[in-house]
Amino acid sequence: MPTLFDKLWNNHIVRQSPGEPALIYIDLHLVHEVTSPQAFAGLRQAGRKVRRPDLTVATVDHNVPTTDRSLPIADLTAATQVNTLRSNCSEFGIQFFDINSREQGIVHVIGPELGLTQPGMTIVCGDSHTSTHGAFGSLAFGIGTSEVEHVLATQCLPQTKPRAMRIECSGNLPEGVTAKDLALAIIGRIGTDGATGHVIEYTGEAVRGLSMSGRMTLCNMSIEAGAKAGMIAPDETTFEYLRGKRFAPAGGAWQEALAEWRGLKSDDDAVFDRTLEIDASKLEPFVTWGTSPGMVVPITSQVPDPTDAKTEIDRQAALRALEYMALEPRMNIQDIEIDRAFIGSCTNARLEDLRAAARVVRGYRINPGVNALVVPGSQEVKRAAEQEGLDRIFSEAGFEWRDAGCSMCLGMNADILQPGQRCASTSNRNFEGRQGRGGRTHLVSPMMAAAAAIAGHFVDVRQWEFR
Amino acid sequence: MQPFRKHTGLVAPLDRANVDTDQIIPKQFLKSIERTGFGEFLFFDWRYRPEGGPEPSFILNQPRYQGASILVTGKNFGCGSSREHAPWALREFGFRVIIAPSFADIFANNCFKNGMLPIVVSDDQVARITGRAQYAEGYTLTVDLETKTITDDAGLSIEFSVSDFQRYCLLEGLDEIGLTLRHESDISAYEARK
Repeated sequence: MPTLFDKLWNNHIVRQSPGEPALIYIDLHLVHEVTSPQAFAGLRQAGRKVRRPDLTVATVDHNVPTTDRSLPIADLTAATQVNTLRSNCSEFGIQFFDINSREQGIVHVIGPELGLTQPGMTIVCGDSHTSTHGAFGSLAFGIGTSEVEHVLATQCLPQTKPRAMRIECSGNLPEGVTAKDLALAIIGRIGTDGATGHVIEYTGEAVRGLSMSGRMTLCNMSIEAGAKAGMIAPDETTFEYLRGKRFAPAGGAWQEALAEWRGLKSDDDAVFDRTLEIDASKLEPFVTWGTSPGMVVPITSQVPDPTDAKTEIDRQAALRALEYMALEPRMNIQDIEIDRAFIGSCTNARLEDLRAAARVVRGYRINPGVNALVVPGSQEVKRAAEQEGLDRIFSEAGFEWRDAGCSMCLGMNADILQPGQRCASTSNRNFEGRQGRGGRTHLVSPMMAAAAAIAGHFVDVRQWEFR
Repeated sequence: MQPFRKHTGLVAPLDRANVDTDQIIPKQFLKSIERTGFGEFLFFDWRYRPEGGPEPSFILNQPRYQGASILVTGKNFGCGSSREHAPWALREFGFRVIIAPSFADIFANNCFKNGMLPIVVSDDQVARITGRAQYAEGYTLTVDLETKTITDDAGLSIEFSVSDFQRYCLLEGLDEIGLTLRHESDISAYEARK
């Protein structure tokens, strides 16, 4: 009867008392520089310790520069934040992957690649895209700074149980259509609050067929549908990914873990509060046209006309979005010209994403009117990509090849759009000003961003002539 | 945390849906290591013109809404990033209550941790409150957490729901970490079982 989510939830109840939220144990707490300083200050003020520094791991990602790492951080407030995390980790005995360490990277990229993220775990981080880790069959969700402090002090969180939602993705994704497109299609269907209060379990042939990289992309975007978390039951793909990873169980412990992980799936007769079905074989590459990830259409279609909106609220939102985005109703998506391209972020900066983009780029030059960045998700991704020569493919085509971090996904460092610039971005949010005040963001897959950088406008990557 | 029991205040209507936390407090202000200093940057891109100076058409810049402490707004308020800087900015600006048809989960949670009350009411009720706040200058509401009601001076009375636990924590101004630490023996027992 229980769903995968029920099993994870029940396994982590420390205490349950009528009329109170359950007290849930947290197996892994990931920490970064932006949402933690006030939490550590709170601990210090109350004279509290970090209960389980051994279950806490920190890195710097949000505001670090992606240019020359041998130089000091020029932005003094950013430098202060990085230094504060360094001293907090040292004071409280927390493992810290500093700016120049081999392990540094976007917290949601390094957790999995180090094998810290494992099936069956509860994982939190002061970052909404913590949902990424659900790809391994863990219950992973973003929290605010007060909750970061709560977890540091107690390794627990009081939580009211969310509802369960299943999204069944049948069929297989066509060539050129990726996990990113599947995520955008789902958000376009249910809206940015379509899964509020729910934990999504993604199931079906299309999900089984995804690599871990694709599964992470899909779970990553769960928060953009408003979900508390997204998750996928672990299978052989998951186990193969984790085998031999630095912090993954080894030897006899590996066999024991496998036996336990194999039970982590929803029962056949599990009951979900809601179910949504989507035929993945019918999907196309998607492009957002507005200022919310739910404002999204297939590459072969047109910018919607606000007069067609279903409700007055939607109509007003569409009018406002079109004005901000400087787009006309009914114009072809493929006629939208771009100034910038960004390949990066916790959504799409893993090795497989860079390989997919490089395959499109190989043998081409970017459009002279376009400035394009590739920002690997971690130092490990960067090294692996360089070993394969991907950096040369990008550089020869005119892309800038950078160091690891969140970069232009949220523009906390120097990587931002100028007012009015239009960007094809592999990130997760196209909110007004997200990538820089007045900047216009179109969310796409890595292949679509690479193709747009070369063509100078959006193109259907399914028609691409690979060289 | 400052307790929240009953609050009467001026209502400002922000008639937009899906207001995200990037709008509430843009990223360039997240580099601070303090919990304070965010109020002046609340809704920065909407409140201030790109060339500097306030944008007079933005609702919170209008003289009649100065001193507002109750915000009424559209569905899915606070979507996007988990940044608690968003409720910190709203609180420091003066807001203690936000009324909307729905909230993003993390944002609503963050409000409760900061002595702020996010209240969910129906679309119709939001429309009614928004209409009154736009029409009647100086329009105030009284929010009573003990009785779980919103009232005005013109006969409006709306009951709202809030979880018993969150209500209790707000009414008493409780330190939730302190509450959890009372269950130390349960936590240790769980750790021993694992």
